[in-house]
Amino acid sequence: MFRYLIAKNDKSGSWAHLPIFDSAFRFITLAAALSILILLVMMLAVLIYNAWPSIQRFGLKFLISTTWNPVTSEFGALTTIIGTLVSTALAMLLAVPVALGVAIFLTELSPLALRPIFGVAIELLAAIPSIIYGMWGLFVLAPFMSDYIQPFLGRYLGFLPLFQGPPMGIGMFTAGVVLAIMILPFMASIIRDVFLMTPRVIKESAYGLGATMWEVVRQIVLPYGMRGVIGGLLLGLGRAIGETMAVTFVIGNAHELSLSLFAPGNTIASTLANEFTEASDRIYLSALIELGLVLFLITFVVLGLAEWWLKKSTSGGYKA
Amino acid sequence: MKKKSMLPRRLVNSVALVASSISAFIGIFFLVWILFEILARGFSAINWAFFTELPLPPGEAGGGLANAMLGTVIITVLAMIMGVPLGILAGTYLSEFGHGRFAGVTRFLSGIFGSAPAIVIGIFVYAIIVVPMKSFSGLAGAVSLAILMLPVITRTTEEMLKLVPSGLREAALALGAPYWHMVVQVVYRGARAGMLTGIILAVARVSGETAPLLFTSLNSPYWPSGILRPMPNLTVTIFNYAMSPYDDWQMKAWGASFIIAFSVLVMNIIARFLVHRMEK
Repeated sequence: MFRYLIAKNDKSGSWAHLPIFDSAFRFITLAAALSILILLVMMLAVLIYNAWPSIQRFGLKFLISTTWNPVTSEFGALTTIIGTLVSTALAMLLAVPVALGVAIFLTELSPLALRPIFGVAIELLAAIPSIIYGMWGLFVLAPFMSDYIQPFLGRYLGFLPLFQGPPMGIGMFTAGVVLAIMILPFMASIIRDVFLMTPRVIKESAYGLGATMWEVVRQIVLPYGMRGVIGGLLLGLGRAIGETMAVTFVIGNAHELSLSLFAPGNTIASTLANEFTEASDRIYLSALIELGLVLFLITFVVLGLAEWWLKKSTSGGYKA
Repeated sequence: MKKKSMLPRRLVNSVALVASSISAFIGIFFLVWILFEILARGFSAINWAFFTELPLPPGEAGGGLANAMLGTVIITVLAMIMGVPLGILAGTYLSEFGHGRFAGVTRFLSGIFGSAPAIVIGIFVYAIIVVPMKSFSGLAGAVSLAILMLPVITRTTEEMLKLVPSGLREAALALGAPYWHMVVQVVYRGARAGMLTGIILAVARVSGETAPLLFTSLNSPYWPSGILRPMPNLTVTIFNYAMSPYDDWQMKAWGASFIIAFSVLVMNIIARFLVHRMEK
């Protein structure tokens, strides 16, 4: 490598030495970095510009109205916003404890020889495209839900309005479950990475003092990694809010609010996936783009918080 | 640590042990279940015609998804041509020159950008390319995938370049190499495997994307006929076929899922293998 450099640089006055190349290189890379910011700003601007007719026509009512009627051109986002929040909340409720358990298992419990294998398996599963979770949800999980899980829940918890109604398989509940399964490996692998950053010496000394595994996790690993864990959970949350395909397949796409989790519903993302190419007139399209804008802003805040927490957890503060 | 008697501590510990093992089991159970279904249902849908023939109208037996596979490859390659060089250059800036506030902001925002909902990026590309050009197109699909790829490549490039020891850089500069030459000849070479890993992971990620293609590339039952026209692709085909009432189409959707899952897994394994080799 260096012989090559020396050979090249021996020729004094070689073109590569012209200072203009250094400035040009710096400028080109700077332009590339700038393009990320420009794209992000452009995205916001384009979304606002295209949503403008809808923003102007419906104003703030857009966010609190449940009407969604393409025939009369009346559009409100509340059903989809609530659907997004409910499906995400359900997914987090189911996935967070399991993800923490998996991460604890991977860092403290599993046999040493198996850890890399489990770790790689989890990471590979986090890479499987969401449409495949959607396919599986529609053809495998939804029938299973309607045959076994939903009748069971209906029989024993049916006094709650949440679990009433016919067990159709497709609906908010199944969407939440599919989402949970999808974000589980993703969150587990981030939390595992955070757990692995705990200095080994401290863990070993705690074990040496006779602490049990749970005490080590509870009093050393968790406090050390708390920020990172929260960041990882927020990242999973951000992914669940914007997730489209896994949800669209199984949520049923109905613009109705229902207390029952068994009823079909929709989310912002599933509405976009289902209706965007059908939107014929301008105000319909504009309302859909405003939905996209709302989704963008929600995820921007959640992911921003996630980045912030994760950054703080890796740079200073908690280093031993 | 406060003094406690041993028994309750052991009990709590056992409960935690069991709970965490059960959650690991639950996680693995569902994921094995999914992989099993893809394998079992997908594999039976795959035959020679699946790779070589055009799709047939519903009801007619046979036919394949050759056009969609070709389309997916074209869209992904186009996205790479656009996204990879830009991402590498941006990552180079952050690693080599980015010490200031601007670089911090770019890092922060590209982190957010990297997990932004893909469907919103689809809307954005619809508005800036599909509407002005008055046609859904493979090009628009490729642009949306390139945008998704960009922050991922930028981040991994930055991380991988930072792993190159500064001694190497200093040595090259001390020998009189100009800065840009040092980066291209020394830093890029040192980080080659890592950068390749980042690219493969980014490609693996976008090759399974559906949402941004729904209204950029759309889909078509014919062979790809130019990048300015709607281009067939596997993921939108899965979406359309799975939602259709025809058994034959649903089976083809499983076949397509199998192919996508398989290629994504292979790409990830190759990437991991590269990282492993680099660490040695």
